[in-house]
Amino acid sequence: MAKRSAPEINAGSMADIAFLLLIFFLVTTTMDIDTGITRKLPPPIEDPEENVDVKDRNVLKILVNSHDMLLVDGKPGNIYDLKDKAIDFMAIHHNNDNYPEVKEVEVEQLGGRKIWVSKGVISLKNDRGTSYEMYIFIQNELARAFNEMKDEMSANIYGVKYTQLIDDEKIKVINKLVPVRISEAEPEDIGGGN
Amino acid sequence: MSRFKTKKGKADPAINTSSLPDIIFMLLFFFMVTTVMREVTVMVKQNMPGASEVQKLERKSLVSFIYIGAPKDSQLGTNARIQLNDVFANVDEVPEFVAREREARDEADRKFLTTSLKVDGETTMGVVTDVKQELRKSGAFKINYSTKKILAGKQR
Repeated sequence: MAKRSAPEINAGSMADIAFLLLIFFLVTTTMDIDTGITRKLPPPIEDPEENVDVKDRNVLKILVNSHDMLLVDGKPGNIYDLKDKAIDFMAIHHNNDNYPEVKEVEVEQLGGRKIWVSKGVISLKNDRGTSYEMYIFIQNELARAFNEMKDEMSANIYGVKYTQLIDDEKIKVINKLVPVRISEAEPEDIGGGN
Repeated sequence: MSRFKTKKGKADPAINTSSLPDIIFMLLFFFMVTTVMREVTVMVKQNMPGASEVQKLERKSLVSFIYIGAPKDSQLGTNARIQLNDVFANVDEVPEFVAREREARDEADRKFLTTSLKVDGETTMGVVTDVKQELRKSGAFKINYSTKKILAGKQR
């Protein structure tokens, strides 16, 4: 009897099957990277009577009512001016009572070099009726202000922007010199319609 | 002179495609490994507001999600609701949720646990503030307001 070799299996369609599977996975899975604004909540207040004393000139008060309208330091404000206002507020102004106090900070990493730092705090207070969109808008504008200040500080010290810093130690120094000081007030109704 | 013409009669050799499935399989496995299947069905509207100063959420296994928004099913009303895992919940259930999420993680990792608030843009801050207060009470201080990434100054 003649020896017959087994017929070869046609593997031409294997690629098509694999393609089918691949496309199925591409369509059903999500690869979206979650992005967002990261914030740290303050620990709950144990004694509500105890008030941390912050001088009035050191605080930039931002109020948002339920109509998404802004009150910045007692005056109606515009969201588009908020970033510049925050930067202006946190800038160093020596001997000016309209601006926050300044203090000198000694930085070990820079060989004990002293740098002026503002003591300003931005206080954000919103109503229960404020829209989340507006809240995020404000948070974003404030984050932009602080990032711009960090960029400037980093450019002054290291000659590069904050976002381009790679060394963890340098990032720490900038974060120490430009702390993100946004304080959120305890919730309460501000009002402004329902 | 016919020396150069001898080759013309031959057909081009067929390209060997037997390794094509392997290449495709490799791609397939890459996608299977890198992607994450959605674990919860989101039952609330999720039209997130945009922001430019966003940070990436790293280490997804250390993130617990709280969804807030109006229900997708309009029969359930238009008021903003909180969704924890696969069910609608009340504000007072948030501490229990945080505790369970913490319990599920490795002890060394617990302090890195971030709570991502996935809130619909049309929600009012009342609900969000309540949730934030509960998170504060239960010690989940690290939060992330989930947003879409947009270019600076493109809002509204």
